[in-house]
Amino acid sequence: MALLKYKGVGIRGMAAAVPSKVINNYEYTEHFKKEDVKEVVDKIGIFERRFTDDKTTSSDLCYAAAEKLLNDLDVDRTEIELLIFISQTPDYRMPATSVILQDRLGLPITTLAFDLSLGCSAFVYGLSVVYAYMEKSGLKKALLLNGETRTKVYSAKDRMTAFIFGDAGVAALIERDKKYDESYFSLNSDGSRESLIKINAGGYRNPSTVETLKEKVVDEYGNIRTEEQGYMNGADVFNFVIREIPKDIKRICKYADKNKDDLDYYVFHQANNYINSYLGKKMKFDKTKIPATIHKYGNTSSVSIPLTIVSELKNNLIEEKELLLCGFGVGLSWASSILKFKDTHISDIVEV
Amino acid sequence: MEEKFLELFKEVFEMEGQSVNFTDNFRDFDEWDSLTHLSLIAMLDDEYNMQIEEEELKKLLTVEDLFKKVNY
Repeated sequence: MALLKYKGVGIRGMAAAVPSKVINNYEYTEHFKKEDVKEVVDKIGIFERRFTDDKTTSSDLCYAAAEKLLNDLDVDRTEIELLIFISQTPDYRMPATSVILQDRLGLPITTLAFDLSLGCSAFVYGLSVVYAYMEKSGLKKALLLNGETRTKVYSAKDRMTAFIFGDAGVAALIERDKKYDESYFSLNSDGSRESLIKINAGGYRNPSTVETLKEKVVDEYGNIRTEEQGYMNGADVFNFVIREIPKDIKRICKYADKNKDDLDYYVFHQANNYINSYLGKKMKFDKTKIPATIHKYGNTSSVSIPLTIVSELKNNLIEEKELLLCGFGVGLSWASSILKFKDTHISDIVEV
Repeated sequence: MEEKFLELFKEVFEMEGQSVNFTDNFRDFDEWDSLTHLSLIAMLDDEYNMQIEEEELKKLLTVEDLFKKVNY
């Protein structure tokens, strides 16, 4: 069982960048009737989302967030020795986007850099990797960059996914310091459910062809997409979430020897408001301890947990706070963490 | 037991005050769509502590099939 703990490593600061273009979901009616759109939007509780333009990538969003963070904290860039970029919407198939960001951010060529490809669970996974490196080595500082442009992945003509996703990028500066207490991680995967959220073609199993780029009607509801656009079986993802996530939260609480009511905040992946509200209710969590951004930024995949921290917990993480983080989705892959924040700088959100 | 199930079922389908029979095919109701499906999943979990994945749900056609599934 992948239960891990670390000590003496923590998050010094975080920043986020979102596109300046705001989409009002009730007015996202190009392909569907206004009353149908209203019914969907009311149910999922996603009222606004941010869309990048054609040229802007997830690494551009991360770059803007990282610049803001490094400048706000006046960080000596030669002290950054580790950079991990998390995304499933990277700039290129090769090289790794993290390596491009090393140069763009003016980091030394002695920086250890690589990409990590997971979806909604990825920020928690990424933290566990950075913490492991930091605890076991003399590395001074690390940058964890996490960006997604999921609005470019899904079809605007497929109502299963057309109203859910938004774009964003975050940066987290991670340091070694004795003041940081223990942090705990539970990491999981279930590849038997790989087809629940998927882009079927355009990789090397089903390479891109003229056929895979054709729009097709895919179901009895008249939804349209190509094989190179994302697909989601929302119902079975929901079934999975309510079966596995409460178990994983119990597991991590037991491993960390914590009572869930003693934790200060519960930060969930922002899937949609229906799923998140149900999960909070099922876990009997105090609602006031569940920060949310789903209504204004939509589902930004792996970015949604750190984006919610930056957006909703600014000024709340100076005094010591203990948070539960829980991400779940494509893979399927899910991860939970219990960790303390102290003297954590949160930058203002940057618009790109 | 049957009555409670019908009540919960009507709540999910937003068909309160309408007649629903055990022999009805629930996919024929106008209210059945992917959003109602989410409500059904939440109700089955909340009231019956049960998750029915799509593969399994496909085999259930009538209101009675659903009822039997949660009360077998």
